[in-house]
Amino acid sequence: MRDNFATDFPLLKQMVNHEHLVYLDSAATSQMPEQVMAAITDFKKTDNANVHRGVYTLAQRATERYEGVRKQVAAWIGASDAREIVFTKGTTEGLNWLARSLKIHQGDKIVLTMMEHHSNIVPWQQVAHRLGAELEYIEMTPDFRLDMADAQRKIDGRTAVVATTLVSNVLGTVTPVRELAHLAHRNGAVIVADGAQAVPHMPVDVEQLELDYLTFSGHKMLGPNGIGVLWGKKALLDDLDPVEFGGEMISEVGLNETTFKPTPWKFEAGTQNITGVIGLGAAIDYLQMVGWEQIQQNNQQLVQQALSAMAKIPGLEIYGKPTDMVQTGIISFNLAGIHPHDVATALDMQGIAVRAGHHCAQPLMKALGVPATCRASFYLYNTTTDVTRFVDALVATKEFFTNGIS
Amino acid sequence: MGLASLNNLYREIVLEHAQYPQNKGSLPKATHEQTLHNPTCGDTITVQLQIQDNKVIQACFSGQGCSISQASASILTEVVQGHSIDDCRHMVTAFSDLVIGQEIEPADEQLLGDAAILGSVAQFPTRIKCATLAWKALYQAIGATEEGR
Repeated sequence: MRDNFATDFPLLKQMVNHEHLVYLDSAATSQMPEQVMAAITDFKKTDNANVHRGVYTLAQRATERYEGVRKQVAAWIGASDAREIVFTKGTTEGLNWLARSLKIHQGDKIVLTMMEHHSNIVPWQQVAHRLGAELEYIEMTPDFRLDMADAQRKIDGRTAVVATTLVSNVLGTVTPVRELAHLAHRNGAVIVADGAQAVPHMPVDVEQLELDYLTFSGHKMLGPNGIGVLWGKKALLDDLDPVEFGGEMISEVGLNETTFKPTPWKFEAGTQNITGVIGLGAAIDYLQMVGWEQIQQNNQQLVQQALSAMAKIPGLEIYGKPTDMVQTGIISFNLAGIHPHDVATALDMQGIAVRAGHHCAQPLMKALGVPATCRASFYLYNTTTDVTRFVDALVATKEFFTNGIS
Repeated sequence: MGLASLNNLYREIVLEHAQYPQNKGSLPKATHEQTLHNPTCGDTITVQLQIQDNKVIQACFSGQGCSISQASASILTEVVQGHSIDDCRHMVTAFSDLVIGQEIEPADEQLLGDAAILGSVAQFPTRIKCATLAWKALYQAIGATEEGR
């Protein structure tokens, strides 16, 4: 087993502002290993053709590669049937499709959580406005977890959909999705899970978690951007109407009527992001090569090291529960009296890339009572040296804004 | 590069304005006002002006944001005082040019006064919007009510 995967990531070997880059924004997008880049290039060099169309050998090969990744994704998330995997352009598109096509009626309730990313809020708001449905949000506890007593109150017989993230992109909180699924099912609702932050860091088994739908993105798990997955139970997907129409998704087209292909192909209109699918498959290969144990161990080590060093900085506040953060590699924080943007610029000048802002989670920021936070997010290519550089830079930043540079 | 380069952005006067903002609050006799948000970071700035006989009698701002947006707003409220609406428009244009790294006339630089110090933000492209938020609010405040008067 290797203990450092950073060498596989060419982007990380660069200087930024005359310092070695320390990339701590993987929760926004992850970097890509050589192996994934090579798989994409190889596909373009040897197997590129449109899928499900040509009768020639090359087209057949491209189709096999494309459908092969569908099977690979299914196995990776514990889905029993590859036909439950729909390729999308990302988490947001999957959530939008669900919001648009799930059976929601006037007076129904859509229950979300206070921790959602805007992509798991805005599509439901739109549908709620259009159909006269009602939105409710499960509150947080003071220790940054979901208030399950509140969930029990809010998920009731009127609830049609419970949509929750698996991991908060701000707090790193792991939500008790299985319990939420139970509550949803007991009340005749479906459960939709946003897996964007979870699938890069931990095994997600859709059957074990008793999910109905799961969406995630390739670019947060070492793959390319513009590719994502919508998984749904076969019977449920069969029941949904396609959102987009056109080539490839049809069975037979007449002048006035068209019949569609079966699930999942009825959802994949037009030429798909075939290269993205190949990249996604290669990213799963890479993650499996590294293994969950190694990924989790690295998260744990780096987050623990960071948290204990950050605890020594007076005025530094952390938003999240350490037992969750060590699983997800996410640390949100603020330095008292210094705006997160100023902190992020100061860190950038020291070669360290962190995110600062509302993280596409404005309702959560309001609940936390802050306009914005800084967020450092770690992944398998980060090292203990990165953590040391990061914490030292934080100390220097605080010093700069308190006493300036002499 | 390290933190030494930060001195270019966070000049003493900028840090001072951020820490002890001038004219922060609300203006009861405001004749013109505008609130703007920066959706990428969540910063909000309201600029209020009391204009009489085509002259800015007083300017105020409120809202929250990073030290660049706060300092920029604070300096703005100082430098527009006593100027005509046309002068204010001219200052906004000059300031916008300055912070994207364009050369401006010495006369304009003089007109901008302390605000010209924020020209260094041009070296920090991701922070230009922080510096311009209050100025955009000023521009809309004087533009929005001009025709009706």
